[in-house]
Amino acid sequence: MFFQQIINGLTLGSVYALIALGYTMVYGILELINFAHGEIYMLGAYLGIIILGFFTALGLTAYNMPIALVLTFILTVFFCASYGFTMEKLAYKPLRQAPKLSPLISAIGVSIFLQNYVMITQGATDKVFPSVAGNEGFTFADIHITYIQVAIITVSGLIMLLLHAFISRTRTGKAMRAVAQDKNMAALVGINTDNIISITFIIGSGLAAVAGMMVSVYYGLVNYSIGYSAGIKAFTAAVLGGIGNIPGAMFGGILLGLIESLGAAYISSEYKDAYAFVILILILLVKPTGLFGKESEEKI
Amino acid sequence: MLLEVRAVSKHFGGIRALEEVTFSVKQGMILSIIGPNGAGKTTLFNCLTGFMKPTRGSIIFSGSNISRLPADRINRLGISRTFQNIRLFKSMSVLENVLVAQHARIRSGLLPIIAHMPSFLNEEASVRQTAYEYLAFIGLESFAEQGAGNLPYGAQRRLEIARALASEPQLILLDEPSAGMNPLETDEMMTTIRKMQELGKTIILIEHDMKFVMGISDRIVVLDHGVKIAEGPPHEVRNNPLVIEAYLGKETH
Repeated sequence: MFFQQIINGLTLGSVYALIALGYTMVYGILELINFAHGEIYMLGAYLGIIILGFFTALGLTAYNMPIALVLTFILTVFFCASYGFTMEKLAYKPLRQAPKLSPLISAIGVSIFLQNYVMITQGATDKVFPSVAGNEGFTFADIHITYIQVAIITVSGLIMLLLHAFISRTRTGKAMRAVAQDKNMAALVGINTDNIISITFIIGSGLAAVAGMMVSVYYGLVNYSIGYSAGIKAFTAAVLGGIGNIPGAMFGGILLGLIESLGAAYISSEYKDAYAFVILILILLVKPTGLFGKESEEKI
Repeated sequence: MLLEVRAVSKHFGGIRALEEVTFSVKQGMILSIIGPNGAGKTTLFNCLTGFMKPTRGSIIFSGSNISRLPADRINRLGISRTFQNIRLFKSMSVLENVLVAQHARIRSGLLPIIAHMPSFLNEEASVRQTAYEYLAFIGLESFAEQGAGNLPYGAQRRLEIARALASEPQLILLDEPSAGMNPLETDEMMTTIRKMQELGKTIILIEHDMKFVMGISDRIVVLDHGVKIAEGPPHEVRNNPLVIEAYLGKETH
């Protein structure tokens, strides 16, 4: 029972971690909580269904399921990254010089817009994700692990490793760190900060797309409001790890997933969704900088 | 002329930080900007690097008007700077501080950046080697892997210069390079600036240490309350009554 919950928690936690990365990266660079980020995750889930449905109509899924899935994956990431890029250009970039509250309100507006846009075009009822691997898996000393769980944990792990290597080793990664530390100074050493901000939104949205698609395969159900609760939980994960801190978001996501599934198993599953908020309140009261966060330096 | 500053004014509301300042800088020269506190020296640097936009006037660098360009474009055209209050990327290593300035120079378009993303496993050896050369120039190569924030104060100042050089600028602006340094470090800084001049760099510096200024400058511009009150070679400026008055006040007898 305990180890079963650990596996479930890890699955859920890696999804939270992927979404939390988008919050934390954008915050690191713009000091903006992008409240519309959960909606990108929701779009990823819908786009996964739509694109896979399209391939089914073409007969590709019947012909070769893995190829259809990989293509769906790539296209979903591409479209969500485009949404993220456009969102920044339209809703945040014009407000770059405005007081901090303005882009925050703009983010809430984008979130409401995207939810309603999906509700109107896709309907308000649940959509069913075509079953890919069902409940198949393997049982190991009482613990049942589905192939989908294995895939979610592996894919998230790989993506996080890649992201870490990207941020610490590439020149774009260095430029991102430079912009996060001191945007004006970064411009003075020749970095085009607008491009770095765009890249950040593209990567964050791509990660949310992966999360959205994996979750809809896992649960099999999608509706237009899933972005809200997933978003707020991933935001909690980012705050838990220290907002702006990338390894912190990964760790915070996984920790939150574990707390939720263990809490549901041993305390009460009725309160499953409340644990995240209890943690959010506790963290903000006790250690607002999060587990890995540094005391924020006042920027001059 | 490498740089021409033409009637540049910068106003903050009613405060005239710079008023119709005009001067020019020849390729390869060391020009010092001096003046009492609040004379507008750092504001001038901010306008030259695109950190602020001048209210009026134009700045011509290598024949093109840069007064309205964003900071990153100006840097890539060939101007870089250091700060009076050191602004390193403190949580990066010494080497990374230099690398980040080199990389920015190589490409900057959104599509090239995306196209370049997958190649993170083979960061060009040549780029790293050049970075080490800049660090060696400034005497910091043995600190390469340390965190920039952990360096002693004088070394942080020198790292700022290495980072400024890494953008391969024609013109380098140094804001109080000897501030807070002991006499030995100040001498080393003068040697470093001369070596930069020998490399063909043009240098503008802001400095309060008069011995330093008189010893190193080819030409001096004096600002007071945002207005240029004198310009010329060190021996001329030193004896200019207007300059003496700005620093010491008017004699009353």
